[in-house]
Amino acid sequence: MARTMFDRIWEQHTVLVRPDGATLLHVGRHLVHDGSRAGFRALAERGMTLRHPARTFGTPDHYVSTKSHELAAIPEPNRREMVSALAENAAAQGFTLFGLGDVRQGIVHVIGPEQGITLPGILMVCGDSHTATHGALGALAFGIGASEVSHVLATQTLWQSRKPRAMRVTVDGVLGAGVTAKDVILAIIARIGAGGGSGHVIEYAGSIFRAMSMEGRMTVCNMSIEAGARAGMVAPDETTFAYLKGRPFAPQGEAWERAVAAWRELPSDADAVFDREVWLDAAEIVPMATWGTSPEDAAPVTGAIPDPAAAPDAERRDAIVRALAYMGLEPGMRMEAIAIDRVFIGSCTNSRIEDLRAAAAVARGRRAVVPAMVVPGSGLVKRQAEAEGLDQVFLAAGFEWREPGCSMCVGMNGDLVAPGERCASTSNRNFVGRQGRGARTHLVSPAMAVAAAVHGRLADVRLMKEIG
Amino acid sequence: MRKFETVEAVAAPMDMANADTDQIIPARFLWRARAEGYGGLLFNDVRSAADGSQKADFVLNRVENAKAEILVADRNFGCGSSREHAVWALSDAGFKVVIAPSFGDIFFNNSFKNGFLPIVLPEARCAEIRAALARNPGARMVVDLEAQEVRGPLGVNDGFGIDAFEIDPFRKELLLAGMDDISFTLSQQGAIGDFEARYEDAMPWV
Ligand code: SF4
Repeated sequence: MARTMFDRIWEQHTVLVRPDGATLLHVGRHLVHDGSRAGFRALAERGMTLRHPARTFGTPDHYVSTKSHELAAIPEPNRREMVSALAENAAAQGFTLFGLGDVRQGIVHVIGPEQGITLPGILMVCGDSHTATHGALGALAFGIGASEVSHVLATQTLWQSRKPRAMRVTVDGVLGAGVTAKDVILAIIARIGAGGGSGHVIEYAGSIFRAMSMEGRMTVCNMSIEAGARAGMVAPDETTFAYLKGRPFAPQGEAWERAVAAWRELPSDADAVFDREVWLDAAEIVPMATWGTSPEDAAPVTGAIPDPAAAPDAERRDAIVRALAYMGLEPGMRMEAIAIDRVFIGSCTNSRIEDLRAAAAVARGRRAVVPAMVVPGSGLVKRQAEAEGLDQVFLAAGFEWREPGCSMCVGMNGDLVAPGERCASTSNRNFVGRQGRGARTHLVSPAMAVAAAVHGRLADVRLMKEIG
Repeated sequence: MRKFETVEAVAAPMDMANADTDQIIPARFLWRARAEGYGGLLFNDVRSAADGSQKADFVLNRVENAKAEILVADRNFGCGSSREHAVWALSDAGFKVVIAPSFGDIFFNNSFKNGFLPIVLPEARCAEIRAALARNPGARMVVDLEAQEVRGPLGVNDGFGIDAFEIDPFRKELLLAGMDDISFTLSQQGAIGDFEARYEDAMPWV
């Protein structure tokens, strides 16, 4: 029977299936971070040890200071302990840690691919919903909860009571100038809704994903979660292999050849059937921004905020009314008229070298008129950006240049947006209070974030001359 | 984990679609130790004003819901971030069951691991129950896991019903036995060991 890539990986990782259909899956590689303390505690309480240290990798990201990577720079003892506990657990259990002060430290979803920990065809898990990011390399990547983290630590397996359904989102055509992976995924979510992928694993297919860089694919897969999906994935191809080759934890030598041969067999069969199919035309996608408090509340930057009176049903109308009240916006207002107080470039969605290059291309020779900061996704991204002089471009344009971490994506380290403040952010969630209590988030691409910083309002980056 | 027994308790209606985990428990509280309890922080930013004062009109602040153990919610409950703290907050606040038309996948999975039961009922029925509870504050409902049945609101003419619900049999078994996943998996060591040997053979590069 014809099978999808998702079917293949699922089958290859199935340890056993109970008569009632619950499946026990083997975990190829497991990522942990400074929010994983509870999982290790539960392990200790049972008197157990880590089953597979060689398949476990960790880095602190959520709680680290972005001003300095000295542990003492984390002002609050409880948060500091989250970070130090990870190092203690790594030492005690013997897994690989990219700790503070290690240039390889970074946001867990940035370092996985960067270190070659993420591989095509494996089941990958992490106690963080944006684990979907790793699907960009053709892995099946699930975000899991704290109890599941302890389960994986103890057994290297994961229970799934029901196999998710398969969904394919195909975008064919060619993307217009100034349109990025972030705009593509925001357009997809605006189309299918924040619950549109619920219960499904999404495979992204079509010419634009084939042409897309690995970084772009990661941005798209990352926000599969915002479409409600369990995971997102892109079939591995020459772009994937070229990206992975030579990375520290990717196979080397003869093992590399064997692995690539196996990875070439992964893509879905041509006649594979998906439970749900969605098509978008690349030509219709333009730079996007969100205006509300759900990622589905996205509109072209050239458009206007919708009128709740025109909503398809009462529930949606109420949701729009509530969102606009929180956001302090009016129906019908032009997106480009939305004034911005602050700009954040970072997060596992958009903090890779390509994102920083795109942002710097717009920032070069311009000046931010609002507070703005750039938080690279890892120490290696930071070092690469500095080697290319991007840090100088940002600093000259009035942006802060910080140390790697999750930072203002979620504000757990204290990098918060003030109540009522409006932030153009390259992160993935615009939920009520996500970036701080009362904070108003507008999700955009890195280039659009710089455009917002330069204009002090949302602005169409395509209208800015001399980019580069 | 405690065995899940039949719940008969006050049910609180919450008319809020897409109640995401950031609302259920804001991220800035996540570093707290599990032992401190998250119950007091449940829906913190929804139930209280910025100065910390409680909003009297928020459903969980109402006196009749002080002892509620069942929450009847709207679609896509628990969407968003994977934080298990969302389940802990509900559970620490005394809730044992959430009934909704649909759930965020990760929240749904996390619930079972904490002896907490998420029940899916049709959207229209959820709305009907919420309306009946709103008209009859403090009304009780029964959740019978063994029989896979929700009954109530009790003592209500308009809106009472007996609703069957679906649940994965494995999860039902674990909930009723109060057994957690790790204990069960550890009983399958043989199969796991065999699988690992085959896996390492097929994919030595992982
Ligand atoms: S950057 Fe944001 S979304 Fe990504 S892992 Fe960190 S907190 Fe989660």
